Amino acid sequence: GCFVFKPSTKKRRSSEKTAHDFRSRSDDSEDTELRFVTCQSLWTQIKSETEQIQEDLNKQLLDNLVNFLSRSHSEFQEKTTEWTCRMKFREIPTAALVLGVNVTDHDLTFRGLSDVLQDNVTPYIALLEAKDCPGIKNLMQKLMGQLMNCDVDVDSLEDEDCVQVSQNRIRCSMSSLISWYESVTKKTDSETPSKKRNSSSRQWQSPPVVVIFKDMESFTTKVLQDFIVISSQHICELPLVLIFGIATSPMIIHRLLPHSVSSLLCIELFQSLSCKEHLSTIIDKLLLTSRFPFKLGGKVLQVLINIFLYHDFSVQNFIKGFQLCIVEHFYSQPLSVLCCQLVDVKKRVYSLSHDQCENIRRLPSFRRYVENQESGKQIALLTYDSFLKEETEKLLEDLHVYHENYVSILRCLHVLTSSLPKYPLGKQIRELHCACLENRVWETEEYESSLQLARMLNKTDLVTMLQQCVEILMSSSGKEFDKTVEKLKEFLTQFQNLEEASQERDVSVSSQKELQKKTDLYHLQKTLLELKESRRSKKLTKFETLRFEVVDYIDSLVRKYLVPADDRTLHEIVYFNAATILRGHLNAAPRTALHTALNNPHWYLKNQALKCDGGGISNKAPDICIVYKLHLECGRLINLVDWLEAFSTVVMAAEEPNADAASSDQVDDIIHARFIRAVSELELLGFIKPSKQKTDHVARLTWGGC
Amino acid sequence: SLQVKFVPDEDVLKHIADDAGTKVRKDKAQLSVSMKRFVKKLEDISDNEAQEILEEKNYVAALGICAQDPVGNGSNISGGEVYSFQTPKRSSKMAELASELAQTPEQKVASDHSNCPEKMAKTPQSSSNFMWAEIVWKCNLKKKEFVSTTPYRLRKRLAAPDPYLESESEYSASCSEEEDEEDQKEVSTVLSSQKIPGKTTAASTPPPRNSLAKKIKEEKMGNLVEEYFEAHSSSKVLTSDRTLQKLRKRRLNQQTLHDLLKKAPLAYAAEIKDLNQQHESLFSKWMLQLHLGFNIVLYGLGSKRDLLEKFRTSLLQDSVHLVVNGYFPSITVRSILNSITEEVLEHIGTFRSPLDQLEFIIKRFKEDSSLELYVLIHNLDSQMLRGERSQQILAQLSSLPSIYLIASIDHINAPLMWDQAKLSLYNWLWYETTTFSPYVEETSYENSLLVQQSGSLALSSLMHVLHSLTPNARGIFRLLAQHQLAKKDNPSYPGLSFHDFYQQCREAFLVNSDLTLRAQLTEFRDHKLIRTKRGADGVEYLLIPVDDSTLTDFLEKEDEDV
Repeated sequence: GCFVFKPSTKKRRSSEKTAHDFRSRSDDSEDTELRFVTCQSLWTQIKSETEQIQEDLNKQLLDNLVNFLSRSHSEFQEKTTEWTCRMKFREIPTAALVLGVNVTDHDLTFRGLSDVLQDNVTPYIALLEAKDCPGIKNLMQKLMGQLMNCDVDVDSLEDEDCVQVSQNRIRCSMSSLISWYESVTKKTDSETPSKKRNSSSRQWQSPPVVVIFKDMESFTTKVLQDFIVISSQHICELPLVLIFGIATSPMIIHRLLPHSVSSLLCIELFQSLSCKEHLSTIIDKLLLTSRFPFKLGGKVLQVLINIFLYHDFSVQNFIKGFQLCIVEHFYSQPLSVLCCQLVDVKKRVYSLSHDQCENIRRLPSFRRYVENQESGKQIALLTYDSFLKEETEKLLEDLHVYHENYVSILRCLHVLTSSLPKYPLGKQIRELHCACLENRVWETEEYESSLQLARMLNKTDLVTMLQQCVEILMSSSGKEFDKTVEKLKEFLTQFQNLEEASQERDVSVSSQKELQKKTDLYHLQKTLLELKESRRSKKLTKFETLRFEVVDYIDSLVRKYLVPADDRTLHEIVYFNAATILRGHLNAAPRTALHTALNNPHWYLKNQALKCDGGGISNKAPDICIVYKLHLECGRLINLVDWLEAFSTVVMAAEEPNADAASSDQVDDIIHARFIRAVSELELLGFIKPSKQKTDHVARLTWGGC
Repeated sequence: SLQVKFVPDEDVLKHIADDAGTKVRKDKAQLSVSMKRFVKKLEDISDNEAQEILEEKNYVAALGICAQDPVGNGSNISGGEVYSFQTPKRSSKMAELASELAQTPEQKVASDHSNCPEKMAKTPQSSSNFMWAEIVWKCNLKKKEFVSTTPYRLRKRLAAPDPYLESESEYSASCSEEEDEEDQKEVSTVLSSQKIPGKTTAASTPPPRNSLAKKIKEEKMGNLVEEYFEAHSSSKVLTSDRTLQKLRKRRLNQQTLHDLLKKAPLAYAAEIKDLNQQHESLFSKWMLQLHLGFNIVLYGLGSKRDLLEKFRTSLLQDSVHLVVNGYFPSITVRSILNSITEEVLEHIGTFRSPLDQLEFIIKRFKEDSSLELYVLIHNLDSQMLRGERSQQILAQLSSLPSIYLIASIDHINAPLMWDQAKLSLYNWLWYETTTFSPYVEETSYENSLLVQQSGSLALSSLMHVLHSLTPNARGIFRLLAQHQLAKKDNPSYPGLSFHDFYQQCREAFLVNSDLTLRAQLTEFRDHKLIRTKRGADGVEYLLIPVDDSTLTDFLEKEDEDV
């Protein structure tokens, strides 16, 4: 069943064939090469960025681990009596590493971990996976293979004969491991020149041997137990350290290992960063920044976040989705050539061809823009390419500025809303971001209620919030915010002044007291409502007027800067919005597609004969659809004969009654054959299987409607 | 099947009233009120369902679905519609659907009426029958799912031209009157229980209708789940006993089947071509995405073999590629790995285990960055490749940056093969490629379901083996076959005991000692012509593991030869 095809001519395709693929389809427009290069450079940039983030996030964890490892066997180095006394208990130092359920991300963490260990602690690291170790024998074999190989790597120059020892020839036992360890450490002791001692990795004469169990839950209990018991016997000769990668909870150690075994371990717990925090950081650094020209639309972001939250919690997959978005955008949007850093925009805009200019004119957002201009400019925009290019450049710059401002104001708004009770606009900034991208946030109910709540904030909260906002705006790169910062600072000083004049507040104090008396929420709400009623008539206190002013000011900022991206001109160039495509590729529903094809063939085959209203199916549908529809009416077992007859009734009716009686026999045979084909297709699809319960019966494998 | 009798309204009401108690009889008006309520409630249920479907839709919408996608899959169907335990209309069974679809001409309908006057009842004559029809409908709902009888009416009609079938009664089990009555009772109890809230409403405020409906819906749901297990726990399944054998159809072998299908024109060829062209326009995109580190998996109804072949011939001519026919019954991961090591890497030598081999491949591909390999797998979800270990190995292969995998899946449960770890190794991009083209190659190998084919195959192999034996050995086999056929009506026939068989063979002068017979039997067993079983008493029983029809055919053929 396998066939290898080799090209007859041994010519290799050039290395830039990827670019070629990129080009081959989009023959309709130029700039494909440039687009591809932009795409690739953007992706590499983003990729390195994500790796950097991952590294930074894991730094704390890895530092702790390295600390632990170097501590764990320090006694062994000193060979003190303390060690021997501890040795009596035969405890193996163990690190339990709780990594969370996003198993797919663990690989990266482990890779980072082993790199760090290699550099700082020990060259002797073995990474074990459950699928390689069904028994203790395989485990030992794998372990020794990895340890001895790494030894070979370290001093491969010194002794070539070490390579000759292939792993299968060594008897895999603890004693051979120990003798290997002794020989290795002695060798380094005797051979290492003084310069090696200076290096950080050689600060221990006998570095510990680290064994990492990547997925502890999947190991068989027996194997783990045996390994721990055996190695605890030899702990005095071999400084072993175990690291358990745990996806669920630390309790699993005690569930997997009986007390007699777990008492041999000296476990210390390490918690890795939760994947949600990881995602927040990624979103913060990749999306809520103006560093990258490419942006995700609201729906697309929603899809990616939903896949993350509902399906896998995998940051890796999120990044993969992001990559797909980039590729799709640059592949399908010819104007994406303009999706680049601001410095390049000018050059690229001016080198646009006429076709590309036409493409710009076709963009819906641009058409909206043109309609709003006066007639003279309209004509100029639609006829003169050079004028269009000027305008485009300006608009793209506007878009860039818009985005910078957007991010800053979004953060400010998030500071405000994340301190409100019940988080009407979401706890995370990503939720707020989605809401703002989707539609005008100030028209939503949630926004209304959060402003409502913000008008009830107390002074200290309000002041800290304002201070945070000032910091955010100061640090942002946007130039427009000088005035805003000034205004906010003014508010702050006004609050300051209020404090000095606090004695004047008499009315609010009494009401404040009243508030403090009541404790339960219902009464609080009631009094608040009453207060509100009463205040409407009453003159507002200074603080209250100020608070109203602040909230109104923030509201005006939101209305000004958090306009949804879809309303901006030329947003199609930088925003990727094809959520359906993304979802189809990443989170496909094969069963739904089958269901549609079988129940409603007209969806795919645009033939008038197949059109049928109300969930029915016409008798002219493809054979497999008819057979499928008939089988839905059956129970657990289906009689083939009845099925065949029902099928032929339908098919005969569909075909015009043939007057020619002589050929009917042949027609019968053809129908029979068609039936056989359809039924075996259904079997291939997994709807039925042959059954031995009764002759000529098949069993249904689905239940109910599908 | 459910037999429906015509019962006048008064009788039904009386029947209900009897069960419900005397109170109702006094006040006929109240009864009808409760009936109305009952009907209303049923409407509520459907409302509620609609509500729930709406909610599901919302969830799907939240996932970012756009219904306006013109070409795409039918993914705007909510999960509930696909997976729900919704009750199909059991009352209208396969044949009814068939006849419905067929839209039979007038004359046939007339014969229907004459055959079974009860069908008249299905169409209520007047509006006064409305309530009654409602009850009938309820009856049908109540009908247990596992009683999947084959349509009696249709069979009668269809069988008419075939006297052979007509002569026998082929019902293994039929629904009795009692069952019908039971159903009726159930309905009446439902109605009487319905009545209680009706009574209380008169006194106090009506209970929130919505919550009540919800409760009923929940009950219904619970019932469905129970019904599922009920249906699957009982070993008895009611279907008709007819077999293909009795149809006296010519047995079709693979070749004639193929020929026949060639004669049948492919329906909707133009539309299918359109579909294929849509998919072909994606080829260059696939190449791009493969090169960027994704792997591609195709799903959707219809054979994707031709599509992949076209992709191969149009774009992969200049590169090394491996085509794996997953549907091939004897394909293994081993053979895939072997063809990579032997033919692509030109390595001579064997490996101890697939894992070693995989390691070798990974090492080679990592060392030599100029190596590139495209792997096309038709039916990644086939019987032989769907195992956990094979998938693991294939996933690891596909995760190599210079191996580009493009595969197709067909089975409805195929995605269940992969856990998160494998999925991330595969790094799939899913593409829906519904082609509607027949699975010609894919189904040509599986012979289990094509009863006709497997029968003929078994027969030809039987003949083949037997022809190479001595006449005596053939005689021995004949004896055994005849004996087995004579006992074919006995379902618990254990086989012929060795001792009896020896006696018979001696009498027919076929063997002279039990040693010769044993030697002969060993030869049969080696060719899988017979099977021996040890009974409870330690006696050896001999059995031919071939179905009766094939055996009959075999004996007929043998007689012809002699």
